[in-house]
Amino acid sequence: MTSIPLQHFLVVAAALFCIGLAITITKRHFIGILLGIELMLNAVNINLVAFSQYDPERLSGQLFALFVIVVAAAEVTIALAIILRVYGHYQTVDPDEVDQLKK
Amino acid sequence: MELAAFYGFSLLAIVAALFILFSKNLIYGAFALFLAFLGVAALYILAGADFLGVTQIMIYVGGILVLLIFGIMLTQKKKNDDSQHHNRVEILLSREVWGFLLGVGIFVALFKIISSANFKMIGDSISSRSTIKTIGVELMTSHLLPFEIAAILLLVALVGAAYLAMNRNPAP
Repeated sequence: MTSIPLQHFLVVAAALFCIGLAITITKRHFIGILLGIELMLNAVNINLVAFSQYDPERLSGQLFALFVIVVAAAEVTIALAIILRVYGHYQTVDPDEVDQLKK
Repeated sequence: MELAAFYGFSLLAIVAALFILFSKNLIYGAFALFLAFLGVAALYILAGADFLGVTQIMIYVGGILVLLIFGIMLTQKKKNDDSQHHNRVEILLSREVWGFLLGVGIFVALFKIISSANFKMIGDSISSRSTIKTIGVELMTSHLLPFEIAAILLLVALVGAAYLAMNRNPAP
């Protein structure tokens, strides 16, 4: 079943994580930043699942990945609600222009 | 055969992620994220995690991505009606350089660490049977407290998101 070496999974996950980090830094849009964060969480999950295939009795890595998915779903809903409030208040989605707590 | 599928799906995920990084239009980026999530789900299944692959498709593609596209559509600027400039994201050159340098630097560091690390796995690798039974038993026995905490977290997120998105001043 596991003919794929573990290192290949880790390299793919590292590449996805770094691309997600670059997206998070470069995009000047709240939703773009969220896209980058989701990509980084997925890369971390690949690592957990790849290590978990050598632990078939307890599957700790897969359970941890499951909880990461739950927390990511909760995070996206709250972040989108906050983005909609900020957009209604400032009429912008650029994080650089949102520099005051009260307008 | 498995190795070819692995390379194909990982290439799909990485190319889709690079497309998000270089695309100027955010809605194209959201659709590319769909491809990246599908590639990651295939990688889960190739690593023997069939339940997590299905969960990934259902939660990310069916839930989170739809929410993100709703968010993009609800935060469009009204002032420029030029269809070429909807959802455009301007990127500062300095930030592009810094993001590129940081991403490549961390990738090179991680690649060196991974290639120099010599992992010795002591457990026997996963068999081809389904993982659903193991995950269910573990969730209900040794991981019962995190399971309940996740339930409370989802409830709190639901109430909080509904309260935050409520329209409190209808006259802007």
